[in-house]
Amino acid sequence: MNWAGLYAVLSGVNRHSTAIGRIWLSVIFIFRIMVLVVAAESVWGDEKSAFTCNTQQPGCNSVCYDHFFPISHIRLWALQLILVTTPALLVAMHVAYQQHQEKKLLVMTGHGDAKHLEEVKKHKMRIAGSLWWTYVCSVVFRLLFEAVFMYLFYMIYPGYQMVRLVKCEAYPCPNTVDCFVSRPTEKTIFTVFMLVTSSVCIVLNMAELVYLVVRACARRGHHNSNPSSAKGSFYGHKLSSEYKQNEINQLLTEQDGSLKDMLRRNPSLQEKGDRCSAC
Amino acid sequence: MDWGTLQAVLGGVNKHSTSIGKIWLTVLFIFRIMILVVAAERVWGDEQQDFVCNTLQPGCKNVCYDHFFPISHIRLWALQLIFVSTPALLVAMHVAYRRHEKKRRFRNGEKINIEELKNEKIHIRGPLWWTYTCSIFFRIIFEAVFMYVFYYMYDGYQMPRLVKCDAWPCPNTVDCFVSRPTEKTMFTIFMLAVSGICMMLNLAELCYLVIKIFLKRSRKTTVLK
Repeated sequence: MNWAGLYAVLSGVNRHSTAIGRIWLSVIFIFRIMVLVVAAESVWGDEKSAFTCNTQQPGCNSVCYDHFFPISHIRLWALQLILVTTPALLVAMHVAYQQHQEKKLLVMTGHGDAKHLEEVKKHKMRIAGSLWWTYVCSVVFRLLFEAVFMYLFYMIYPGYQMVRLVKCEAYPCPNTVDCFVSRPTEKTIFTVFMLVTSSVCIVLNMAELVYLVVRACARRGHHNSNPSSAKGSFYGHKLSSEYKQNEINQLLTEQDGSLKDMLRRNPSLQEKGDRCSAC
Repeated sequence: MDWGTLQAVLGGVNKHSTSIGKIWLTVLFIFRIMILVVAAERVWGDEQQDFVCNTLQPGCKNVCYDHFFPISHIRLWALQLIFVSTPALLVAMHVAYRRHEKKRRFRNGEKINIEELKNEKIHIRGPLWWTYTCSIFFRIIFEAVFMYVFYYMYDGYQMPRLVKCDAWPCPNTVDCFVSRPTEKTMFTIFMLAVSGICMMLNLAELCYLVIKIFLKRSRKTTVLK
């Protein structure tokens, strides 16, 4: 399991994302993960071996390095990228669950042949209902993780700049010892680059959040003015030519014993029970 | 996520490029990325280890190396290659969007064969022409910017053999010797030459696209007459 494995897993999620979500994923993979692997890792490669202290005291070098670099930038970025990309798996799991439900329904209604089941797998899920909430949660978590890591970086390495020289007086170093960091300028350049791409990702996530909320509210407004519009589910569209709409609703209510079911039976309750979830 | 994955991602874009675009992509992958990975990285591999200064003062080597090489050639080339290949993704996104629109029309009742849709080559016309032209324009800009950055940072394209360093904590002025300067100069010139060739290919592609659109427009006006 390496970055390529993560790429394979997340490429599947790509299909059910919004356009902004796809751009975010491309930025993550090309400008962050790829730059980390092909460039940044070799800059930090000799961070410990080329960390030189002006002393011959054995152990001083190791102690000072450990004191000033509790966790390397590379490891922090790797953790950040893993945590930031994993909420997308929540969406993947929810989509898999919904597809499973749809397949079950197709089998129940006598359309359980291989062709229909394949189509369930291939079609793109609309981000509506409970999937909307899962998707929004995943975007919120992404934002949270990005912000937390940026703050962590700032706390551990104040100012995002790599120092050239550190003055160390930890035991066993005699008095105060000058220690020189390897490639500080190159490290600062890459730190700033990763910071900028992190900010770009935060902006994309916020834009996606705003887009989802605005779209859901617009859909709710449209739904209020036109309550008989068809639901967004795949089988609703596919089978409506063969079944009457109320038969589909009956099947839906059998599957989902929630508020949706009550609203369908009592349209007068719709105004009271309507939420901004575009369900 | 490494160069192989980038190649897989960009290989898909290849289908919708012009012939010059396909040549450019081949030159990029074989003469730049491959050379970087199999040869150049080895040449620069021991750049800091074998950077030797004529002093016993601890820290002087680190400081002098950092002063004369703020960012290594290898990293600059890696960034250049990433930035230069990414505009092609704009085209890939536009093509995917067009296909998505066609699929939506199919879902709304029009009869289109889905299998054909996947393998169909999209012609570079209309808004796609603009996206494609913008991507080539950005490629040219990125190439030029990086070539200038190289020139500015390293005062020309030659790797010096010896640098004289007087940054603290080096005592007075110290001679520092760069590892493999001649081999590094050769590779720098090679990568510069290939970068120049890629720029020429991009300019040629731009001219080709512009001329094609003008010819099409003039053919339309003569047909209308």
